[in-house]
Amino acid sequence: MALLGNALFWAALAAVLFGQRRRVAFWPLLALALLLLFDQLCLPGFFGLEIRGGHLYGTRIDILNEGAKVMLLTLGMTLVIATGGVDLSVGAIMAIAGAVAAQASVAAHLPAGAAIALALGVSLLAGAWNGLLVAVLRIPPIVATLILMVAGRGVAQLITGGQIINFNDPALVYLGTGWFLGLPFTLTLVLAAFGLTALLTRRTALGLFIEAIGDSETASRYTGLPAHTVTFFVYVFSGFCSGLAGLVAAADIRSADANHAGLYLELDAILAAVVGGTSLTGGRFHLAGALVGALLMQTLTTTLYACNVSADVAPVPKALVILAACVLQSPTLRARWARRTRPAR
Amino acid sequence: MKLRLAPQQIPFAAALSVLGALYLAGCLLFPHFGSLRVLVNLFGDNAFLGIAAIGTTFVILSGGIDLSVGSLVAFTGILIAELITRGLPPPLAIAAALAFGALFGAGMGVIIHCFELPSFLVTLGGMFLARGLGFVVHPESLPINHPFYDTFVAETLAIRLSRRLSLPFTADCLVIAVVAFTALARWTRFGRAVYAIGSNEGSARLMGLPVGRTKILTYTLAGFLSALGGTVATFYMQSGNPASFVGLELDAIAAAVIGGTMLRGGVGLIPGTLVGVLILGLIQTLITFQGDLNTWWTRIIIGALLFVFILLQQLVIRTASRRA
Amino acid sequence: MTGAVLEASGITKRFPGVTALEGVAFAARAGEVHALMGENGAGKSTLIKVLTGVHPRDGGEVRVGGRPIRPRSPREAEAAGIATVYQEVNLIPDLSVAENICLGRQPGRAGFIAWGGVRRRARAALARLGLELDVDRILSACSIAVQQLVAVARALDVSARVLILDEPTSSLDEREVKELFAVIRKLRSEGMAVVFVTHFLDQVYGISDRITVLRNGRLVGEFPAAELPRLQLVSHMLGRPVGEIAAAARAPAPPPRAAQAPVLEVTGFGRRGTLHPVDLRVGAGEVLGLAGLLGSGRTELAELLFGVARADSGQMRVDGRAAEARSPAASLRRRFGFTPEDRKTQAILPNLTVRENVIVALQVRRGIWRRIPRSEQDRLTARFVQALGIKLSGPEQAIRNLSGGNQQKVILARWLATEPRLLILDEPTRGIDVGAQADLERLLAKLRAEGLALVFISSEIAELVRNSQRVVVLRDRSKVAELAGEQVSEEAVMQAIAEKP
Repeated sequence: MALLGNALFWAALAAVLFGQRRRVAFWPLLALALLLLFDQLCLPGFFGLEIRGGHLYGTRIDILNEGAKVMLLTLGMTLVIATGGVDLSVGAIMAIAGAVAAQASVAAHLPAGAAIALALGVSLLAGAWNGLLVAVLRIPPIVATLILMVAGRGVAQLITGGQIINFNDPALVYLGTGWFLGLPFTLTLVLAAFGLTALLTRRTALGLFIEAIGDSETASRYTGLPAHTVTFFVYVFSGFCSGLAGLVAAADIRSADANHAGLYLELDAILAAVVGGTSLTGGRFHLAGALVGALLMQTLTTTLYACNVSADVAPVPKALVILAACVLQSPTLRARWARRTRPAR
Repeated sequence: MKLRLAPQQIPFAAALSVLGALYLAGCLLFPHFGSLRVLVNLFGDNAFLGIAAIGTTFVILSGGIDLSVGSLVAFTGILIAELITRGLPPPLAIAAALAFGALFGAGMGVIIHCFELPSFLVTLGGMFLARGLGFVVHPESLPINHPFYDTFVAETLAIRLSRRLSLPFTADCLVIAVVAFTALARWTRFGRAVYAIGSNEGSARLMGLPVGRTKILTYTLAGFLSALGGTVATFYMQSGNPASFVGLELDAIAAAVIGGTMLRGGVGLIPGTLVGVLILGLIQTLITFQGDLNTWWTRIIIGALLFVFILLQQLVIRTASRRA
Repeated sequence: MTGAVLEASGITKRFPGVTALEGVAFAARAGEVHALMGENGAGKSTLIKVLTGVHPRDGGEVRVGGRPIRPRSPREAEAAGIATVYQEVNLIPDLSVAENICLGRQPGRAGFIAWGGVRRRARAALARLGLELDVDRILSACSIAVQQLVAVARALDVSARVLILDEPTSSLDEREVKELFAVIRKLRSEGMAVVFVTHFLDQVYGISDRITVLRNGRLVGEFPAAELPRLQLVSHMLGRPVGEIAAAARAPAPPPRAAQAPVLEVTGFGRRGTLHPVDLRVGAGEVLGLAGLLGSGRTELAELLFGVARADSGQMRVDGRAAEARSPAASLRRRFGFTPEDRKTQAILPNLTVRENVIVALQVRRGIWRRIPRSEQDRLTARFVQALGIKLSGPEQAIRNLSGGNQQKVILARWLATEPRLLILDEPTRGIDVGAQADLERLLAKLRAEGLALVFISSEIAELVRNSQRVVVLRDRSKVAELAGEQVSEEAVMQAIAEKP
């Protein structure tokens, strides 16, 4: 039974890989497959999967569940990077969103729906602040989002009064720990957010405009593109995604921890987007690739834990992956490759 | 001296006024705030931040940014603690840590320069790497118990100011570093090349300046100064901890920016960074004296100050370009 | 040629796909100002870059004072005695005047810079130009003209024998030009060989002793300035010999007298420092040609008309109603289109597909929410690929990989897809092959016949005359003539360009 399940899993993965062989998502997918192959061969128990009380349990499910936060962040980050910017404040916004939801539930006794709406509203505002600085005041994105990166955790602590706020509103907790159709609810959330993002960018002209701005801001301006509006929007959207991720992170541990929620996750999100094929200089973006990139990061982390690498040391291999991915993606190396593969006209 | 200020010097002047106003406010609001002890502690407690911030200032002057500072400071601390625990004489341990810091910075500089990668990304990678390596060296806080630390640094090198007050060695380190690196920035060709590259890299190249070498050296210097900051932090804490100093890089950047260093590069003064560090330290001290205000206000106020000064810079850039 | 300080012969430079210079000879003599002239693509800047070591040369020889040199960087060229000042001031804006003059060669003691020495040396270098400046001033606080002069001072701080000025006057006003010329004359009298690149004819005749003309990467000739009439110079630059103008190149028939108001009409339209106020109008079914040398203000006018830059004087009327050129988006809503001069940076979205490059303007007009369905996108693209004869491997090819002519056709398709009423074409035929040029001209005639109003900018006078019913001539950022119907001829246009003010 387990054998059959595994065979099916690998067949499906192989099929996806083959289907994507000419797409940008191929390379991160291949890396993911190789990593999973290593897990299958070297780590007994990694591929275990069982059904308990109608829920699926297993390391692969944990990866999906744990990776949800980064996947959510990555959706917003990918759009920001595609315009040629970057958002360093996503971790801080996560902390704020968690703090707002917890306080709304615990201190103000608001129902879960209102708490969630309030948290997302505040995240949108935070994103709008970033958008204002970048699109209207024309402050470089790294600098602009740095301000919230510095102050955001202070704001979150202000909201929680410096305490770790525990909450137990079942509907709020469900966001991070609930089950839906036998799978963690976070997965549904990620798929919904992915669907929303894809719809928003590919069913409207937003995606085209984002890519145009990232590809050549000058040419976009000469074509009359609403560059300010689009740039403003991507930061607001990134704020929204961060808010969702913050809610999940808080619900997962049933508490809002202003100091540690989302710490360093901005890095994982940037890396996932880059590994997923979105260039740091802007232009084409790949949402599915970004999700694969996020999964790759989480699988790497989980594999490291499974190999008894402590959570504290895990950043070392992660950093090496970051640097390798960046170097491979660097304009210098790309130019060298382009020269070799495409002879001069 | 002429009274007319170049637009580039306005942020520095503003920072000086803020520092003066904060100090005056403290003296008016709280008795004992004006005492020498507060001043001595201000320098002693913020020495490691100040030294690391000098490195950050150089990087920002050259048009880059360094996010690895906090991790590297923490790594240096635990490395020194571990080496001393294993029986290495402290001076050797410190030398090893400084060499590692410089090498680490040089590595990042080489990657940034040779692969034309954005500095924030590479130093983010460096931040992860150094943080993880710290835990590899030793997974938790490690006290340093060595006569070199207990008596030599803490007592012999401290300057006695009065019967009950002495100037800690860390404060001396800060002052020496500020003087030395002000000289490096102002009176050497390397220093001026850093300014030139940050102001306009293309022109600097056409003017025949050694752009690549200068950039790599700048990150080497930043790595070295982070390590020096980490060393001074061990004098101050008498221990090393791989989990400490999370987010210190942001304080260092904030100090540099508030002190008048333009984030786009090319403009700024090392003494300005000292002013920035002292402003951050004074805010902390004021909040401690006040008592009811909580520590998170520090972060919010720093963020707000950062915003105001970045806005000021933006304004200065615009008026300057309009005038030209 | 003897007596030349700088002597270059047989200079050849190839870039992938183009030969930028072919066997060009050039000489600069002590105590002379030598102007280097030519239109876009003539090879002036490439020649300068070869001489100053920015580009390595593929053939030929360069001698300074009789000694062959092969500079590999501006620094090596400097060491050989060739100093250069570029159009965009290549100095450090945030450092002081003194430091900019001495940067990289600051006098020092024991590794430390002696600031007193730096200031003294800067003052001496400026004094040599007859200038007295506050050397402690931050460079960016100085006017562009002063920055230009500081660049000259820096260039001369080393023992230069040749001074190359690459379009130093393009952003200076008249008084500032005078100031610069005074410095140049002083240097000339001291025996410096000065090479001067500019587009302004008046300036050329104001200061040059000798003129070398390049066209399409080849040497047209070297002439003593006093013996070269203006008209002759213009004809050399444009490659149209005077008196040998083809009779066939005639303007098309004037448009039928339209009862309705012109599509676009501007009066007193200009912007300080960019363009002196001009009047012009263009009606449906009419091609208005804009003639003028590079830097005459023709591109600036086009950008003001489309709202890329905002005009600060004058009125605009569209269909007889007052309007404002606020932004490209507003122009787009008015069904105007604009193909900019610099295709590479201002028009194409290099990594996006041909399809996306075609539909982007129409999409902007429809707004973010009303996405053009994919089937319509494909239909539109296919239609224009066919109609304009765009050669590509498929509509999903990145535009970056197309040839220049095909890129230009895609950009045209971008605007035609919006069904424009007015199209502004800035040098649409530049850098594209002859076949594509003929295609474009045919297209222009067809569009005009369909009632489109066209503003057509070109440095090719023959092309301009062939296609325009009226021609407005610009010189030194102002309108100097307007020719219509029978008056439109190559000779008349060249006369107007070359005329003394």
